[in-house]
Amino acid sequence: MKDLETLATQLEPERYELSAGPAYRFQVDRRDFFKFLGAGIVVSCVLKDVGAGQESGGGRRGGEALPKDIGSWLHIGEDGVVTVYTGKVEMGQNIRTSLTQAVAEELSVAPEKIRMVMGDTKLTPFDRGTFGSLTTPVMNLQLRRVASAARDVLVGVAAAQWNVDRKGLVAAEGKVTDVAGKRSVEYAALAKGQLLTATLPAEDPLIPASQWKVAGQSMPKVDGRDFVTGKHRYPSDQKVPDMLHGKILRPAAFGATLASVDTSRAEQMPGVTVVRDGNFVGVAAPTAETAGRAVAAIKAEWKSDPQPSSKELFDVLKKTSSEGADPTGDAGRVTTGTVDEAMAAAEHRLQQTYTVSYIAHTPLEPRAALAQWEGDNVTVWTGTQRPFGVRAELAEAFHIPEDHVRVLMPDTGSGYGGKHTGETAIEAARLARAAKRPVRVVWTREEEFTWAYFRPAGVMDLSAGARKDGTITAWEHHNYNSGAAGIKTYYEIANQRIQFHPSRSPLRQGSYRALAATANHFARESFMDELAHGLKMDPLEFRLKNMKNDRLRAVFETGAKKFGWGGAKAAGHGFGMGGGYEKLGYIATFAEVAVNAKSGEVKVVRVVTAFDCGAIVNPDNLRNQIEGSNIMGLGGALFEAIEFENGRILNGRMSEYRVPRFSDVPVLETVLVDRKDMPSVGAGECPMVGLAPAIANAVFDATGVRLRGLPLVPNGVKSS
Amino acid sequence: MDKVTKLNVNGSIHSIDADESASLLSVLREQLDVTGTKYGCGEGECGACTVLVDGNWRRSCITHVGTVAQKKITTIEGLATGDRLHPLQQAFLDEGAMQCAYCTSGMIMTGVALLAQKPDPSAGEIAEFMEGNVCRCGTHPRIVNAIRRAAHAMKGAGKESRS
Repeated sequence: MKDLETLATQLEPERYELSAGPAYRFQVDRRDFFKFLGAGIVVSCVLKDVGAGQESGGGRRGGEALPKDIGSWLHIGEDGVVTVYTGKVEMGQNIRTSLTQAVAEELSVAPEKIRMVMGDTKLTPFDRGTFGSLTTPVMNLQLRRVASAARDVLVGVAAAQWNVDRKGLVAAEGKVTDVAGKRSVEYAALAKGQLLTATLPAEDPLIPASQWKVAGQSMPKVDGRDFVTGKHRYPSDQKVPDMLHGKILRPAAFGATLASVDTSRAEQMPGVTVVRDGNFVGVAAPTAETAGRAVAAIKAEWKSDPQPSSKELFDVLKKTSSEGADPTGDAGRVTTGTVDEAMAAAEHRLQQTYTVSYIAHTPLEPRAALAQWEGDNVTVWTGTQRPFGVRAELAEAFHIPEDHVRVLMPDTGSGYGGKHTGETAIEAARLARAAKRPVRVVWTREEEFTWAYFRPAGVMDLSAGARKDGTITAWEHHNYNSGAAGIKTYYEIANQRIQFHPSRSPLRQGSYRALAATANHFARESFMDELAHGLKMDPLEFRLKNMKNDRLRAVFETGAKKFGWGGAKAAGHGFGMGGGYEKLGYIATFAEVAVNAKSGEVKVVRVVTAFDCGAIVNPDNLRNQIEGSNIMGLGGALFEAIEFENGRILNGRMSEYRVPRFSDVPVLETVLVDRKDMPSVGAGECPMVGLAPAIANAVFDATGVRLRGLPLVPNGVKSS
Repeated sequence: MDKVTKLNVNGSIHSIDADESASLLSVLREQLDVTGTKYGCGEGECGACTVLVDGNWRRSCITHVGTVAQKKITTIEGLATGDRLHPLQQAFLDEGAMQCAYCTSGMIMTGVALLAQKPDPSAGEIAEFMEGNVCRCGTHPRIVNAIRRAAHAMKGAGKESRS
């Protein structure tokens, strides 16, 4: 497992994922557990490596001290129920299920006996956030260790009770058995009357994947029934007695400041509290409808500076890029060999520019928060990928210590990297403090489209030199604004110059599923296709010629076989591929498109994905994630783009912003490469990155038209 | 403006106090605390708020409560019979047809309406009927499979009950 920890340090959080906040050391007394959970056994693990693994990169940013002591813990109650505490959150990745499987496996207890407490800053250990495909490589491993340690504790308790050597005892299927003495005792009975806390070093060995019984199997969502019956309460469904509804007055444009405001009519409405605090103007009212009317009754004038529009976006990003060092720590910078000389000496040269637009996460549940004050303590239920980050934001906003803030995250209606920030929590808390009642704020879809943040737009300049035999000898890749994730090439090239250049983004931007890896893979894999065609080589052959990594070769070769690369295709159809290495996973995606010669409409008819993410924890959920990555990825690849002008979003409604729908969905075939000999890594992001270039390359194959900007075909493709 | 004071939801008459122009969605969620029906877009474009009105699908976010005051409204909470899930709810579980599941109640309600009209829809017919329901997690193929699975289960059940 040492390999994994080394690998995990490569999971460099993108700058957008690291909104700086003070590192926090968990301080709740573990004995508190017994007060509300009752007697039993609490096992926690000292994880000396948790800092390196969980917060990779963070420790090097300004030397923040990271919590290194407690990684996670669990409680075994007198009823045999195992309660597991993790700071990770559930938003559809189904980690509530996959982590349950991990604990069930190592503790050898039925999954039904396990409860996961997730993302509650009062109860769960500090966690920087649920992003970066870290749950499976890091948290899954931690929980396996804590469960494994707990099993040791149970064996120790049984050995003491029976006064026998623990070596003769086996813990399995929820009980400890004395093989020689032919007796056994349930975990529940061992926990009975105990007030035992055990803190153990997190030690291997863990059960190897080849021997997994519960992990490694498809298991349905543990609480699926709550979702198909409507019982589950999402953040926007939270409710407490005396709750008011909050609504915020939104500025007329980004960056606008309030020139004048008249709130008198709103203040006269019965039950309405109006808050004006700097540029913040909001109301709390007994119903959402009244809150809406109250905000509408506020007269405000806003001042703002002229701002760029989406029409000039890519020029702006190039013009405002900084030439100096990347302030994020040069995560995306590579300089090897002598690029200029190799480029000059190359027999074949190519230079191209690719672009990606801003897109909106459009989580189906918009941002929501319910805030409740007690004295100067505030509790907030909100949909966020960073409960501890939101806690820090609230503490800062209200000038209170972090231990006066509790953030809870009920399983939310998706995130995709779009729910890292705590603005809704702050809005609800600000209104609740003024109204002296709990306040819930639920953003409208228009607010979500406008006042959340976007996946960064970007410009990628690529150039390469190659020998006639197809060996790439020189490589340059510059990314302006969209980010450094996935910028490094996995092709074997002696001379490389790779750099990320931050720009002044006209729109608020942040994390998005797979981050800039989508943009960088789109550019690189499209460029590889262009290079192959220029060299008159088959794109697969050309890639394999420049690729050494066995696992990467395996997904390309396996995927190509399944897809029928090189086989016959119908008139108007085209084949394309794209793939790579991202978030420790290996992906190859093959797409078949059909282009309507008259209308230019592009239909993706079939996608084959071959994916290797190490030992598979839950095959069906993995397929679900891969299918979902492809379908979500269709939007950004084909038609999603935020249009804006002078500080305003022009298409910020569901009726104006096209997301993938049933008719857009192609036949999806997934090939899982199960590497039981390799550590399990995440799967929520990597499978997305091969799709856009595969489609772009397939469109070229079908039409001869090379598309170099995402979205590729918001209005179809014009054949030349 | 006239008020609506009674609403038939999931087989019971509930007292409400709403302007007739209030959205059915807001009445369900805020006044009756029936929260399985979701807000997604507010303009009938995403299907998260879908309920059945006299058995037909309806986007509750753009439905004035006054227009359904005399009708039977069914939400996701009213679909199961006691502990027994509706075949389509069961099929969603069996197919793993969800990730974040925020779209699920709207998908199921729309799917139930489809199956009432067309007991054995093809994959193409399902996709066409469900086009107005958005799933951002990308579970569409599983949803199609779940509806087909439920169709088969309901056909089997129908035969049994007839025999």
